[in-house]
Amino acid sequence: MSSNKESTARTLVVALVVSLVAAIFVAGSAIYLKTPQEQNRLLDKQRSILAIAGLGGADLSGDQVRDVFQRRIKAQVIDLPAGEVDTSLDPDTFDPLKAAQDPKTSDTLAGDQDIASIKRREQYTTVYRLEKDDGSGQLEALILPVRGYGLWSTLYGFLALKPDLNTVIGLGFYQHGETPGLGGEVDNPRWKALWPGKTLFDADGKPVIAIVKGGVQQGSPEAAHEVDGLAGATLTSNGINHLLTFWLGEQGFGPYLDKLRRDGV
Amino acid sequence: MAKQATAKEVLLDPVFGNNPITLQILGICSALAVTGKLETALVMAIALTAVTAFSNLFIAMIRNQIPSSIRMIVQMVIIASLVIVVDQILRAYAFTLAKQLSVYVGLIITNCIVMGRAEAFAMQNPPGLSFLDGIGNGLGYSAILLALGVVRELFGSGKLLGHEILPLVNDGGWYVPNGLLLLPPSAFFLIGLLIWALRMWKKEQQEPAAFKLAPQMKAED
Repeated sequence: MSSNKESTARTLVVALVVSLVAAIFVAGSAIYLKTPQEQNRLLDKQRSILAIAGLGGADLSGDQVRDVFQRRIKAQVIDLPAGEVDTSLDPDTFDPLKAAQDPKTSDTLAGDQDIASIKRREQYTTVYRLEKDDGSGQLEALILPVRGYGLWSTLYGFLALKPDLNTVIGLGFYQHGETPGLGGEVDNPRWKALWPGKTLFDADGKPVIAIVKGGVQQGSPEAAHEVDGLAGATLTSNGINHLLTFWLGEQGFGPYLDKLRRDGV
Repeated sequence: MAKQATAKEVLLDPVFGNNPITLQILGICSALAVTGKLETALVMAIALTAVTAFSNLFIAMIRNQIPSSIRMIVQMVIIASLVIVVDQILRAYAFTLAKQLSVYVGLIITNCIVMGRAEAFAMQNPPGLSFLDGIGNGLGYSAILLALGVVRELFGSGKLLGHEILPLVNDGGWYVPNGLLLLPPSAFFLIGLLIWALRMWKKEQQEPAAFKLAPQMKAED
């Protein structure tokens, strides 16, 4: 029995059976739990949109998040190069990140255009308009999805703007894999609190917002466009600079913001 | 010797007598990382207890079939599958906690307690007893994690499970929180104190000195 147990054939059979059973077990649980996991991810994304727009977020219950989101936030799919709203796509089902993977709905970025290192940019993306609570439908904040490469990972986040399309309400990332304690400090509430009130563009409409090393010189003319860098995370800070420059520029939301400025928000 | 162990011994001995953290000094990494708040410590304790118990159970069930040449890798496959399932369940039903625990749930795979019990106990004992041994060692780990979690959250942020116990100065109270307790190194000090206290109480856990320091000698000139 025991010599039989150690034979090569027996070893292979045991390895195969154990692997097969384990694989079925893991795959089964992944499929069975997919729906609640996706709901959680969606809720987490909606929560971070609300948090970035300054409506709380972490303290709200799941139902409150869904309620505020449904009442005050209007999602729109926009055509990035044309800068126009596209009503043919349903913002509830359209997934910009999936579209960015598909060659039919995205463009490859040439090396010098791809400052945020995202390789492909989708042609259509979803933006979120936060409307005033009085039912007038007036814009209170415009929330744009941004992403770009930091040190280890792509940071996915949102940038919320005031209706002047220049002043920041908040910037935050809902998914990244930067080093906890260093680049991971992009999640630190004290660092995120440095962003509101900063202005993105100079007088000529060029994006000039930047994270600076060594701290912002208070009183300098650039202070309104500058945010303190994260200690020990120069490359993550650079990544955020690049992704903001990219998404606010011609390849990103530039045409859309231009059009809003011309036609009114 | 292990063959004669009774269910009660197997279940309760690891809590204070043969504790995986304080006596065997295993599983320190996660004990430092997730005990800043009681809530995360609690979830981690439950997750590890479940994984240890079920990996012991399954490994004990097939212990007579496992060829010794691929013994470790078979144990690893079982442990890894269980950890993935636990991670999936947390993501589905406790998403914010799963986010806070981040990599540490996945790292249960490399937690020496799980592998150690599989190799030391489940390979020689029947499934029922192995299952209890897994629960027992999980409880030993949990006891330390919860003790650390209570101390760190209470004195580090004045709260327990998110409810304010000691009103903080910042919110108009009187308690100035000790920020060190929120950082992982504080768990090192606390574990050290715990080990000291436990070995004063249970003298048999004291280890004989491995070597003696020679008296200071003057270099010859």
